[in-house]
Amino acid sequence: METELKTKAEIISNINEFLAEEFEVDVADITPEANLNETLQLDSLDYIDLVVMIESNFGFKVKAEDFPGIKTFQDFYGYIISKTGAKDE
Amino acid sequence: MNRVVITGLGIYSCIGTSLDEVRQSLYEGRSGIIVDQERKDFGYRSGLTGMVARPALKGVLDRRARINLPEQGEYAYMSTAEAMRTAGIDADYFKDNEVGIIYGNDSSAQPVIEATDIIRAKKDTTLLGSGSIFQTMNSTVTMNLATIFPLKGINLTLSAACASGSHSIGMGYLMIKSGLQEMVICGGAQEINKYAMGNFDALSAFSILESEPGKASRPFDRDRDGLVPSGGAATVIIESLESAQRRGATILGEIVGYGFSSNGAHISNPTVEGPVRALSKSLVDSGLRAADIDYINAHATSTPAGDASEARAIHELFGDHHTPVSSTKSMTGHECWMAGASEIVYSMLMMQEGFVAPNINFENPDEDSARLNIVGKTLDKRIDTFLSNSFGFGGTNSSLIVTKWKPN
Repeated sequence: METELKTKAEIISNINEFLAEEFEVDVADITPEANLNETLQLDSLDYIDLVVMIESNFGFKVKAEDFPGIKTFQDFYGYIISKTGAKDE
Repeated sequence: MNRVVITGLGIYSCIGTSLDEVRQSLYEGRSGIIVDQERKDFGYRSGLTGMVARPALKGVLDRRARINLPEQGEYAYMSTAEAMRTAGIDADYFKDNEVGIIYGNDSSAQPVIEATDIIRAKKDTTLLGSGSIFQTMNSTVTMNLATIFPLKGINLTLSAACASGSHSIGMGYLMIKSGLQEMVICGGAQEINKYAMGNFDALSAFSILESEPGKASRPFDRDRDGLVPSGGAATVIIESLESAQRRGATILGEIVGYGFSSNGAHISNPTVEGPVRALSKSLVDSGLRAADIDYINAHATSTPAGDASEARAIHELFGDHHTPVSSTKSMTGHECWMAGASEIVYSMLMMQEGFVAPNINFENPDEDSARLNIVGKTLDKRIDTFLSNSFGFGGTNSSLIVTKWKPN
C-alpha cells in the first residue's frame, strides 16, 4: 500500500497512535527517549506483528535485521521517516 | 480405579451463551437456527445455520491471547470460563495443581483461508503476522486455552469428526479413572463461519427448508431432509471424586460409562452394528442395564440415513424399555466437533432440573422412529441416569453414560 507523503510530525503522531492502540499502552508512555521494547513489552512474536503494522500503515516492508539497531522510540521514528522520505513541513 | 465426577459446566451456543439461558431454551424448545444470507451469496446450497455472536474479549484477554485465538477458540474460552466458575476454580488453582485439557476440534478453516489469501495477494509470508500459525492448527483450542489459564497436565486436541467432543470427555474420563490425572478440562468447539462448512454443504447433506428455519432441523421426523450446521463451544470439567471432595466442590454428576467403536465400513454412510457396539460397551463399563437409563440424548442430526440407523441401534438395545429419547439438535442444529460435549451439558441441565428437552419438529414418525419413545414436547421427568450418543465420519462412535451424584 502506498501512502501519501506525510510530514515528520504526522508520521510520529501516526506511529504513536497505532502502537498505543495495538499494544494497549497509554500513549503518554510513548516518549522519544523511552525504550521501545520495554515500553511496549515486546516479545519475539510481537516484532513479527510490528512488520505487518508498518507495512499496513506506511506501505513498505521492514527488514528483520534492521530492528536490533532500534532501541528508543526516537530510533523508530527516525527509521520510518528515513524510509518514507518525509519532510519537516 | 477412581470415580470420575463432573464439577464444571459451560456453554456458548446458538440457544444461549450461559447455562441459565440454555436451560430456559431447552425447556421452551427454542430453536437457534437462522438463514445466513452471506452463505447463500458465497455459493452455499443451504443458508441454514445456528448462529452465535463473537464474544467481545478486548479488556478480558490481553492482545497476545486475542490474536492467537480463532473464532471457535473464543467460544471455547467463554464456555471454559463459565465451567471454571461453576467448578469454583480460577486460574490460581492451576498454579499448584496439575490440570489437563482434552478438547474436541476438527477444523480451523477461516484462518487457513485468510492466511492463504494474504500470501497470494502480498507474495510474502512475513505479512501474515504472528497469530496466524496459532489460529490455523487443528490443536488451536488446546494450545490457546492451556497458555491462557495456564494448564500443566495433559494437553491435546481430539479430532474425531462429529464425535470429537464426546470422545474428549471419554478420554478425560479414562485418564482420571486410571489415576493419570486428577482433573481434566474437556469439551468441544466448532467454528461457524462460511468457510468452515462449504465442503460439507457440497455433499447435499444440509436441510434446504429455508422458508422456516426453526423447523428445518427435524431429527427422526418422517419429512427430515438433512442436517443444519451450527457451532459454539461446550466445556465439561471432570475430576476424581477424591479431588472434588478434597476441595469441597459441588458434584454435579458422575461419568460411569464410556463406550466406543469404529464401524469399519463406509466413510460417511452409517451402520447399525457400529453404534450398537459403542452403546453396549458403555453399558458394560457402567455396570448398568438398559432399563436403568432414564433418558437418551440421541446423536440424530436430521439426515434420513443417520437417524434411521441410530433409531435401529437404540431400538435393538432399549426397545423393551420405552426409554425417552430426544435429539437436542432439533433446536441447536448439528454442532459437529462441539456436539458430543454440548449434549452432555444439555443433558446435565435436564437432569438437574428434572425434564426432558423436546425433540422439536417431530411431527410424524417414520417406520424406524415409530418404534422409539421420542419426546416431542417438554416432559417433566426425574432423570437419574442418561446416555448420550455421538457419531462421526469415518464411522467413529462414542456413547457416554452419566448419573446423578449419589454418595455411597
